[in-house]
Amino acid sequence: MDNEKHSVSVDNLVKVYGQKKDVVKALQGISFEVSKGEIFGIIGPDGAGKTSLFRVLTTLLLPDGGRVTVDGFDVVKDYKEIRNRVGYMPGRFSLYQDLTVEENLTFFATIFKTSIHENYDLIKDIYSQIEPFKDRRAGKLSGGMKQKLALSCALIHRPSVLFLDEPTTGVDAVSRKEFWEMLKRLKAQNITILVSTSYMDEASLCDRVALVQSGNILSINTPRGIINEFKKPIMAARAANMLHLLNDLNAYEKTEEAYPFGEYHHAVMKENFNEEALRNYLLRENEKLELKRAEPDIEDCFMDLMKN
Amino acid sequence: MQTKNEKVIQANQLTKRFGDFTAVDQITFDVNKGEIFGFLGANGAGKTTAMRMLCGLSLPTSGTGRVAGFDVYKENEKIKKNIGYMSQKFSLYEDLTVKENIRFYAGIYGKSDKFIKEKTQSILKQLHMENEADKLVKALPLGWRQKLAFSVAIFHEPQIVFLDEPTGGVDPVTRREFWNMIYQAAATGITVFVTTHYMDEAEYCNRVSIMVDGRIDALDNPSQLKKRFDVSSMDEVFLKLARQATRSE
Repeated sequence: MDNEKHSVSVDNLVKVYGQKKDVVKALQGISFEVSKGEIFGIIGPDGAGKTSLFRVLTTLLLPDGGRVTVDGFDVVKDYKEIRNRVGYMPGRFSLYQDLTVEENLTFFATIFKTSIHENYDLIKDIYSQIEPFKDRRAGKLSGGMKQKLALSCALIHRPSVLFLDEPTTGVDAVSRKEFWEMLKRLKAQNITILVSTSYMDEASLCDRVALVQSGNILSINTPRGIINEFKKPIMAARAANMLHLLNDLNAYEKTEEAYPFGEYHHAVMKENFNEEALRNYLLRENEKLELKRAEPDIEDCFMDLMKN
Repeated sequence: MQTKNEKVIQANQLTKRFGDFTAVDQITFDVNKGEIFGFLGANGAGKTTAMRMLCGLSLPTSGTGRVAGFDVYKENEKIKKNIGYMSQKFSLYEDLTVKENIRFYAGIYGKSDKFIKEKTQSILKQLHMENEADKLVKALPLGWRQKLAFSVAIFHEPQIVFLDEPTGGVDPVTRREFWNMIYQAAATGITVFVTTHYMDEAEYCNRVSIMVDGRIDALDNPSQLKKRFDVSSMDEVFLKLARQATRSE
């Protein structure tokens, strides 16, 4: 294993909670590597093990098995080194509610023996948006502003690796877009970013993603690569009565599975299905039928991987 | 089962001010019985405040509103009895078992022991959770919890159920199972009033309203909204409208 090239290296990581009878395996021997300057997405639902993974990587939890390095340092032996080199934005807002915006930022800068002034260029883009409120207590900020302050605090010591645990959960579509634009600009500064999310659509904004479920990695690839791995044909369909259409699709013998997918339903078909036969079958009872081939989406891939 | 002429929510110029800040600015809309009504808006657009008024938890500053046939000013206790509510942030008591949660909520709504006993069995069966009945809620995966929370929210057979981001963080398969439950509830005549940040879910609603700066700036079925804004997805409709916002949260 060559740690020089990798910002993060995880080899057979196991994390277990509880004892004897009541054991929960949060991470069941996962392995992956993240290159310098990469945006690496950990995509998975609540309970997949995303937070446990982040806590091990940021040296806040000890692993129960496997070997993990960050920036070339071991998370168990060299935890002090790692803490100086990483930035961490936990899922839950963890700044001091009774300190002002500026006091919080100064506090974090001081802990890392630096100053706001010294690294201002790195956070300017983000911090300038909340700077007009620098005398407001952090507890009084709106959700979006708290998020920007937390990101500024995580960056103030110029970390080489940034860990963002579900930064966009509960955040609306507009703010989510803006947040990802900020991440792209940080990437340009050669900061490695590990970001977790439960929004499948954010996967496409990462360089590579790991799809995780119940403490296991289902697949690691580029977003395009994950889609290319999906070989089964998918049909998109809509009609006047969507519920009826869904039942018909699921009842069809050559359908593997059909499910709502926004405006259309997606039907994953068996290899030997015939498009015209499907159309004729559906036309019997579905008015205003529209049926076409669809390109799989990350969400299709994730659902397929979840089943197997 | 959507019956056009029976309105279960009627809001007319409904407004809520906090000091000189107008959180909800003269919103006017109706929701029909059995309808799945999507209530969208950016963080801070005023959704929560509007929902609180409709649930009888907050008195409007001005305007009129009727929910489940009751006045939002004078009959808010009656409103509470006739609606169900669940949110992503808080839905069930984690330190109570599945059965205890059902018993607790149903008891609050004054249901009889016999009713509770019978219906608990049928709900557990429907959710395939018979084996989990005596497990603590905190031991359940989030997706199961949210499906259970929805069943609990409609246990007392309310006219309307308010769902505040019910699927946040839930995996894509469970998210669809959850929507299946919404469809079934709507088919029995329960009106579903739902907020979400997942724009594909906006497509599953009969009609969708989008709040911007405290106002309802658009209200129609998803296909009309896409036509009106000349875009191909609800995501784009939402972005076009929400970007016009002048106030932040």
